[in-house]
Amino acid sequence: MSGLLDAVAAVLLLLGALLCLTAGLGLVRFHDVLSRMHAGTKPQVMGVLLILAGAAIRLRGSSVVWMLLLVAVFQLLTAPLAAHLVSRIAYRRRHVRRDLLLVAEIGFEGFGQPLPADAPQGDEPAEAVTDTSAPSGGSSRAREG
Amino acid sequence: MTAVSVVAYVLLTAAVLLALVRLVRGPSLLDRVVAADTILAVVAAALVVVAALERNTVIVPVVVVVSLLGFLGAVGVARYVGGMLIRSTTGDGVDVGLPEPAEERGVPR
Repeated sequence: MSGLLDAVAAVLLLLGALLCLTAGLGLVRFHDVLSRMHAGTKPQVMGVLLILAGAAIRLRGSSVVWMLLLVAVFQLLTAPLAAHLVSRIAYRRRHVRRDLLLVAEIGFEGFGQPLPADAPQGDEPAEAVTDTSAPSGGSSRAREG
Repeated sequence: MTAVSVVAYVLLTAAVLLALVRLVRGPSLLDRVVAADTILAVVAAALVVVAALERNTVIVPVVVVVSLLGFLGAVGVARYVGGMLIRSTTGDGVDVGLPEPAEERGVPR
């Protein structure tokens, strides 16, 4: 039984390590920030989860298994947040290969123009209201953060 | 377990080296953020692999710290670039100090 569990743990560890390698290959070979993020998030969720499962099997009965579960929960909570922030900035900085896109649903027309007056609010950072000295295009630009 | 450890360490080392290539070559700040984030995830995974193969439970609290640090770094740099976009009149941050987007400069990758 112990040998079988260790074999399962070894397979899980190797699968996770393989996913990490695919992330490295994708980071080098893909073309823009968004597709590199697509590759780079593989070890952040699936790879780490597989390796944590393997480690939990291998360290069974130990008191640190709950801590492995904590790492899994942290990864599942923080990876989407960080990816959302980085991809939003990447889109606004135009780190996107437009010639490779099949569909651009948001579109790039009027990208740097001031927002219309009836644009939805709620995305302003705290410093955007008081900062009048910056070369800003007025309060309508402050929603772009 | 020796063969498993050798294969796993080789795969993880190759992943970190490839991500380091992207970290050095860039071309943009956000490419480097994505590469650094991936490197930290792989390092956390490698620490768990070490803990599992050696049955060494001392390393496990370090993994918690590393996984949280990766998140903080990515969010910090993304907020920094986002603040430059807010002060920009062109919307892409070029007029307040960010370089032109690398994808538009035609930088070789």
